[in-house]
Amino acid sequence: MTDAGAQDAAPILAASRVSKSFGEVPVLFSVDFDIRKGEVHALIGENGAGKSTLIKILSGLEAPTSGTVLLDGKPVRLPGNGEAEALGIVVIHQELNLAEHLTVAESIFLGREWRRFGFLRLSDMQAEARKILDALHVHIDVNARINTLSVADKQMVEIAKAISRDARVLIMDEPTAVLSGAEIDAFFEQVARLKAKGVAIVFVSHKLGEVMAISDRVTVLRDGQLIATVETGDLTADSIAEMMVGRELSNLYPPKTEPDVDAPVVLEVRNLVAEGVRDVSFSLRKGEILGFAGLIGSGRTAVMEAVAGLVPREGGSVTLNGEPVHFPSIAEAVKAGMVYMTKDRKGRGLLLNVGLQPNLTLLTLYRHLRGGFLNEASEVEAMERATRRFDIRARDASVKVGQLSGGNQQKLMLGKAMEAEPEIVIIDEPTRGIDVGTKQQIYHIIAALAKEGKSIIVVSSEMQEVIGLSHRVVVMREGRRMGVLEGSEITEGEIMRYAAGLKGENEDDRASA
Amino acid sequence: MTVQAHEGVKPAKRRFSIDYHTMGPLLALIVLCLVGFVLNPAFLSEGNVTNLLTRSAFIGIIAVGGTFVITAGGIDLSVGSMAAVISGIMIIVMNGAIDTMGVGVQTVLFGCLVSVVLGTAAGFLNGFMTTKGKIEAFIVTLGTMGIYRSLVTYFADGGTLSLDFDIRDVYRPVYYDAVLGVPIPVIVFALVAIVGWVLLNRTAFGRYCMAIGSNETVARYSAIKVDRVKTLTYVIQGLCVSVATIIYVPRLGSASSSTGVLWELEAIAAVIIGGTMLKGGYGRIGGTVVGAIMLTTIGNILNLTDIISNYLNGAVQGVIIIAAVWLQRGNLGHLNIFRRKPSA
Repeated sequence: MTDAGAQDAAPILAASRVSKSFGEVPVLFSVDFDIRKGEVHALIGENGAGKSTLIKILSGLEAPTSGTVLLDGKPVRLPGNGEAEALGIVVIHQELNLAEHLTVAESIFLGREWRRFGFLRLSDMQAEARKILDALHVHIDVNARINTLSVADKQMVEIAKAISRDARVLIMDEPTAVLSGAEIDAFFEQVARLKAKGVAIVFVSHKLGEVMAISDRVTVLRDGQLIATVETGDLTADSIAEMMVGRELSNLYPPKTEPDVDAPVVLEVRNLVAEGVRDVSFSLRKGEILGFAGLIGSGRTAVMEAVAGLVPREGGSVTLNGEPVHFPSIAEAVKAGMVYMTKDRKGRGLLLNVGLQPNLTLLTLYRHLRGGFLNEASEVEAMERATRRFDIRARDASVKVGQLSGGNQQKLMLGKAMEAEPEIVIIDEPTRGIDVGTKQQIYHIIAALAKEGKSIIVVSSEMQEVIGLSHRVVVMREGRRMGVLEGSEITEGEIMRYAAGLKGENEDDRASA
Repeated sequence: MTVQAHEGVKPAKRRFSIDYHTMGPLLALIVLCLVGFVLNPAFLSEGNVTNLLTRSAFIGIIAVGGTFVITAGGIDLSVGSMAAVISGIMIIVMNGAIDTMGVGVQTVLFGCLVSVVLGTAAGFLNGFMTTKGKIEAFIVTLGTMGIYRSLVTYFADGGTLSLDFDIRDVYRPVYYDAVLGVPIPVIVFALVAIVGWVLLNRTAFGRYCMAIGSNETVARYSAIKVDRVKTLTYVIQGLCVSVATIIYVPRLGSASSSTGVLWELEAIAAVIIGGTMLKGGYGRIGGTVVGAIMLTTIGNILNLTDIISNYLNGAVQGVIIIAAVWLQRGNLGHLNIFRRKPSA
């Protein structure tokens, strides 16, 4: 206790030989994990490796089946319901837990409002919130409603909230999954600040580059087992990835096929105007993978939703196989052979409190009717087919989709889209929040679909993904198309220059692409 | 500081609660019937059982329609008033048609046709305003509830609309007759329930209702015509009200401002007791049928015994509704006797 150095090295929070089973299914086997003051400890592993369960145990949301949790070296039983916050253990969940209609200041103090004689000290709380945000160097109005903020700002509010709670241990579950490049930099700055203040930080991420950049130590879990805890300096991104999946990952991206320049153009979008989209044109050839890169909020999703009939089109034309089309709703687009896979799996893509099978067939229920009635046998068959084709793994048939890992949800969504036997597949963020192993599977599925002659649009904020998959890349910024890259032009630097607005097309170019 | 597992699946418990979900309302009804029999053996006499089922038919038929609306995430508060105004207009139309069509089956059929048209139109109106008008179903149907209630009062001039006595004789059998010992209202109730069950569980429409109630945005992104499906649920609700009205009118042969008062709440209660989720996404026609019978049974038992005043009927119903939902929320699972020992 006297030696300051030793105290720094002593873990604030630790898990000792913790195991956890749900019913008869073991998910964590005797795992050791600790977090020291002022360090960033990355926790990584594929989906289903047990990261979430470990986090829940560390924050008291789940009790371990065996083993102990130690706080300051003493065994504790953490209270459930997230009350561990009172002990200084704060979790920022992947799905941000903010009430959309509250203001920033109200959110920061939610549950521990400052009161005098039973009345709220509104102006004091606003001032304090302002102070915390200023200290973080973020410029958000404390009276703004949460639903008016960008995802990145919401993330900052969560962090401010954690700071206001005097967090000693801050556990962040994939905090950067929804952030763009610049936002991630700002976020890392805040993490460094907290670290300097002595906060112990657990950082769960699928992005190995970020893990390398930000963490001091890395703990790898695989199938509920502790694989290793290593100093980050001793590792490379490749060696982490190999530890995670237990196999070589040299071929994360499938080999690119030569683009066929003579292939017919299946989709032609001209001067598209819609909400958040200004005069965007592009074309898609048969068997091509067309990437859409850009920062978050650059209008890529808006383009796709306007093309697929999910939001009204205000101008421009869409031509499918040479025929001008106008889809009043997504149903017509599906009938015409175009599917759109949303990036918002949980809010727009899948029914979470329903089983796998109804989700799989929801888009294409018309294929499973006999005399107007549902043909369950045919649905079961479709489920079996999709399970095999996309390697969907669920504990058993009664599992609700909300309980699946992100990777399996994504594969189920792919299955759902492919049930429609589309010619054009638009995939928005194909691998958001899923592990490396599943990513690799999905990349290979996408490449295989293109080889079959399907035409694919991949919208992604992960630049590596766009580069690794696409034959051509459209870069967008502020609702406009900034450029189209081909072949050797497709590099991180070049994409970034267009995305950041350093390079752009003039009016003449725009018309001719 | 006890630690409880708040999340995570415990298969054993889940399996139990699924069984409970499906069988629960039925078990509760059986218990209620046993209580009724113990208190007064006349409860299970053939006459009483037939009477009970006949009476539950009105609420039951309306509640089958309500199951669709609620499953798809909506609510319809206007059904009681709708039943009253349709009854009133049916009586006015049939009385008025005597001059041209005479007193006979055709006049009654004409009245029924009017009822079906009105029910469909009223349901469509509710659906249209909720979907295209983008007003919450609660508000829309609260509004139409008031409109229909005051319309029937206006038509009756504050009093009672009475069906012509000659037509009453022609129409009477629809409520009072039986086929093979089963009263016609009970047969109609059974048919409506069967059609409803098939529609909800064996057609794409039913699946869409559940999907919309579960998450409307996901439904929209899954190429489901959300507005159309939601409007249709209100049309089905309207049709069910019109069918219930058709068998209700011959019972008393009259309609007034007090006709169908609080039916909307009884219908919603029947749906919820049956295990359908009020917030939508999951619906059970079988449960609704049991729920409707249960509500009538409570009143019936109170009538047959002196233990609790009949005036407390509403209170007992209220207690049972709350208890039923409390049990469905899995609260029973927290009691130790129902919890299986976790296998270590």
